[in-house]
Amino acid sequence: MTTMFASINVGSYEVGMKIFEFSSRREVKEIDCVRYRIELGKDTYTTGKISVKKIEELCGILNDFVRIMNGYKVNTYRACATSSVREAKNWMLVLEHIKRMTGLTVEVLDNSEERFLDYKSIAFGEKNFYKIIQNGTAIVDVGSGSIQICLFDNDKLVTTQNIRMGNLRVREKVADLARETIHMEEMVEELINNELVSFKKMYLKDREIKNLIITGDYILELLKKPSVATEEFLEMYGSIIDKRPEEIAKQYGIPSESASMILPSVTIYKRLIEEMGAEKIWMPGLDLSDGIAYNYAQKNKFIRAGHNFEDDIVAAARIIAKRYQCNKSHIKNLENLALPIFDKIRKVSGLGSRQRLLLQIAVILHGCGKYINLSNGAECSYSIIMATEIIGLSLKERQIIASVVKYNTLEFSYEDVIGRDGITETDYLLIMKLTAILRVANALDRSHKQKFDKVHFSIRDGELLIHVETAEDITLERGLFPPKADYFEEVFHIRPVIRQKKMM
Amino acid sequence: MELDFTKPEYYRNREDSWISFNERVLSEARDKNIPLFERLKFLSITASNFDEFFMIRVASLKDMVHAGYTKKDIAGMTASEQIAMILKRVQDVVSLQYSTYNRSLLPALKQNGLEVIVRHEDLNREQAKYVDRYFEENVYPVLTPMAMDSSRPFPLIRNKTLNIGALISKKDADKGKETTDFATVQVPSVLPRIIELPGGEGQMRSVILLEEVIERNIGKLFLNYDVVCAHPYRIMRNADLTIDEDEAADLLKEIQKQLKKRQWGEVIRLEVEDSMDKQLLKILKKEFDIKGDDIFRINGPLDLTFLMKMYGMDGFDKLKYKPYRPQPVPALMDCDDIFAAIREKNILLHHPYMTFDPVVDFVKQAAKDPDVLAIKQTLYRVSGNSPIIAALAQAAENGKQVSVLVELKARFDEENNIVWAKMLEKAGCHVIYGLVGLKTHSKITLVVRREEDGIRRYVHLGTGNYNDSTAKLYTDCGLLTCSEAIGEDATAVFNMLSGYSEPKHWNKLSLAPIWLRERFYELIDRETEHARAGEQGHIIAKMNSLCDKEIIARLYEASAAGVKVELIIRGICCLKTGIPGVSENITVRSIVGNFLEHARIFYFRNNGQPEIYMGSADWMPRNLDKRVEILFPLEDEKIREEAYHILQVQLDDNVKAHVLQPDGTYEKIDKRGKTLVCAQDYFCREAQRRAAKPKNPVHDRVFIPAEPVSEE
Repeated sequence: MTTMFASINVGSYEVGMKIFEFSSRREVKEIDCVRYRIELGKDTYTTGKISVKKIEELCGILNDFVRIMNGYKVNTYRACATSSVREAKNWMLVLEHIKRMTGLTVEVLDNSEERFLDYKSIAFGEKNFYKIIQNGTAIVDVGSGSIQICLFDNDKLVTTQNIRMGNLRVREKVADLARETIHMEEMVEELINNELVSFKKMYLKDREIKNLIITGDYILELLKKPSVATEEFLEMYGSIIDKRPEEIAKQYGIPSESASMILPSVTIYKRLIEEMGAEKIWMPGLDLSDGIAYNYAQKNKFIRAGHNFEDDIVAAARIIAKRYQCNKSHIKNLENLALPIFDKIRKVSGLGSRQRLLLQIAVILHGCGKYINLSNGAECSYSIIMATEIIGLSLKERQIIASVVKYNTLEFSYEDVIGRDGITETDYLLIMKLTAILRVANALDRSHKQKFDKVHFSIRDGELLIHVETAEDITLERGLFPPKADYFEEVFHIRPVIRQKKMM
Repeated sequence: MELDFTKPEYYRNREDSWISFNERVLSEARDKNIPLFERLKFLSITASNFDEFFMIRVASLKDMVHAGYTKKDIAGMTASEQIAMILKRVQDVVSLQYSTYNRSLLPALKQNGLEVIVRHEDLNREQAKYVDRYFEENVYPVLTPMAMDSSRPFPLIRNKTLNIGALISKKDADKGKETTDFATVQVPSVLPRIIELPGGEGQMRSVILLEEVIERNIGKLFLNYDVVCAHPYRIMRNADLTIDEDEAADLLKEIQKQLKKRQWGEVIRLEVEDSMDKQLLKILKKEFDIKGDDIFRINGPLDLTFLMKMYGMDGFDKLKYKPYRPQPVPALMDCDDIFAAIREKNILLHHPYMTFDPVVDFVKQAAKDPDVLAIKQTLYRVSGNSPIIAALAQAAENGKQVSVLVELKARFDEENNIVWAKMLEKAGCHVIYGLVGLKTHSKITLVVRREEDGIRRYVHLGTGNYNDSTAKLYTDCGLLTCSEAIGEDATAVFNMLSGYSEPKHWNKLSLAPIWLRERFYELIDRETEHARAGEQGHIIAKMNSLCDKEIIARLYEASAAGVKVELIIRGICCLKTGIPGVSENITVRSIVGNFLEHARIFYFRNNGQPEIYMGSADWMPRNLDKRVEILFPLEDEKIREEAYHILQVQLDDNVKAHVLQPDGTYEKIDKRGKTLVCAQDYFCREAQRRAAKPKNPVHDRVFIPAEPVSEE
């Protein structure tokens, strides 16, 4: 029998649900798709809150979704809300009301999680994805509130950046001025040009981008095929840019409310194409609900990824580390120490692979604050990490990483952490555990000289034995080690002990 | 120079064309080759057709006149011009109706043992005694006579009712000063219009109409008066609360603006006995504010719809067609599991030649099947005690998700619909009561079933309503399929009907009011392009009515480019054939037969890769712009052949087909030297033959050679 899954996407101008069927044949099949237009984003972006009326309307729709889910005997679902709820001041009330009225638990994704799911939808749904990213590729995800740009080169994620300039936001910004000009597109171009120039200067540099993968509603309808050459795209652009949304809607058979957002979208695409010099444009026609489903299917092993998404997250972290000129070999060495320790004590710590990833990123970013201020590196690192989006990580996860990095060198107590930006007791425990490991690993390379390059670990009689083969003098490490070891023992009830085997 | 195909002179007024259609129905009543009682039925149909026509169309035109709406129709006529034309035409047809009744049907009935006593004066003594007693016992108690005098105003006469008007004068009032007053009594609709009289001589049976019985006894209603004269009359009012959906939206606005000017309940037609007393008529004319051609002087009984009741009289089976029993569907014979049969292959249904049972069974089986998750259906004009409704209710009770779109805007039977819609809701169905501003005319059923290898969707698409009674009288087609592409589209259709956004794309189906019009343009234009490129272009289209200007213009363009266009259109056709350089390659035929032709089938040659579509839509603005309609392709080679066969047999019909002439008249085909082909009979026999030999239904098909019948 097959598994039925519903993915619900509470978006800025549309609420949608897709019903998927996962079968043992490793297939993800879309069975049903309902979409309902409701501009939650309009409320949020103009008043800062979602109105009671809209919430009621939303609950009505979601109740109907529940009815449809029951009809298909759906086993599991995941419901996600994005920027319109995230940026609403009353988001907690919104979620609470939904929960009570419909029984549905809606998660609020932060931007990096949302974009990561969008990206996943492309990686799974676009069958040419792996071929495309062999060459320089940019995924441009134009959302209602912002644009996310991911650059790939040689099969690897190079960078991912968010520009707060989405189609709904742009539409609302130029709407008031529309009366005074007939060339809306010029205004839209000017609005985004400034943002684009900085992006290009900082990240694009002289990278060669051959392919552009674009997502977003109805762009596929404009071009009628999933990939086109740049000239075709520009030709289409030229043919619609002077038209009114109603005309576009009629010509391409799309709802006219959506057409009003197409103009800002295509202008954004066009500018990016020009800036990057892309040759081919791909439009897989997928959205967040696909990403939610693929993510679920992958986690539950209905499908296998041909691509390691954690590598992307790690790659993104390394790019940040590089920007802040972190010591590359020190990081490398630290990873070789921290991760094996993590693996060795997995049973005791009760931590899983996701936490391992967080530890790895903490290791990668642990020194970034020194770029700002050598004596106050810990605080600066915390601020940098909190201000930098890392695709694929939630805000909470970033907070945990930032805290681990900070308390790597600073003492901390329960009061310092708990309650701060929604950190819970579970999070606090995780921070302590990861901090303990990082401290020990860091202590082993105190001199940043990679003295511990041949090292292996074993556990015996409640001790974590660190067997080191080195000819170097490790007096410094030994000397500074005990307090770190104390803390580690306090957390895990295992004492790390250094055993040196002198190499002659 | 480009020809302008939209010139008004290239188009025929739709009312004019509709009247021609009713003439064709009347010609069936006049056809001596048809059993006598069937002819009665056809005559009755012409009468009820006219009633509806006045109530909907003429009323609408009157509204336009009152609103000062001057926009011209497709043929360049204003509303008042149309009304004048209509009345003149209808007067002629009504004369023909009654000469048919009086000169042809009455004598023939008598010959066949049924005498209709036309005037109560002709009753013999025994019969007279019987009717007087019948009057006293049955009729008198339900009559409400009403008189008009200085203290009592003219009473309200109800729409469409039959009434007897009389002039009465006071008995023995001061001699010499005689005053006459108007009085009226409604012929009660609760009593049978036809009263059979007791045993005449020999085999002869006699009947008399109720109004004659009342007329004979009218003196008993006004005891202190002398009845000077008494004559039946009948009125038609402009009482329709809604504007006919065929009319333009700007008209609606115009009328709303001038709401006061709309004359509610205005009398738009008065039918009177032609021998009616002048003074009596004068009173009616004055009170109903009516004159000229709006008054119909009738030589015979008013409201011929009683003939349908006469058709139902026992004992005349010899004079009727033998009832045809719809045949089993070959693909479903010896098969208990309709889903398994559909999985095996797509199934084409052709009603009423084939039984409608599979459609009912489809829903019934789905209701009981434990693997079925959901049933969704659009319902339009369903019979109240429909087995489909019962099955849907049962399905909901069995825990299936049942969604039903009930169209409440179907003409005349709104109340009926709301009763069972509430019943379905009570049973747990999700009922959608139509869409704002749109009539849901599409006929689609979706069954979602969870099978071993995942969700599978079964779909029924049809050209006719889910009405098991009309399915015995209307010719319609249906398709049962579990094609994944159509299943996805069907899901999207119901999502749209439930208020969700339209899907990003459609696989196979084309829907009105958004996409269908364009789709037809594309299909027609493609043939034009083929013809222009020197290839063969060919369109065969069968539907009920053709009156969309833009579609007709494109057909003209196709014809001018050399596309052969064969149209099979039962009713209204605003297209004109034989216009030099415009429509010389277009033929139009209309089949009016025992069954009501109702299917819509569209064939496009597509340069040798023929495509055939079926659907719920006619080529009328209302279908393409104001209704939810579905056009579906026939993708299966075998089924396409079968559909083509249906079209071909209809094109070969030379018994019931009337061919549109360049002068606008319809003529039957000269049958001399030809094998007679009656399409409806042919399909009846074919269905019987196929049902008799289920083993190899495909090979024993007999195709009629595809040579078109030559036309003079």
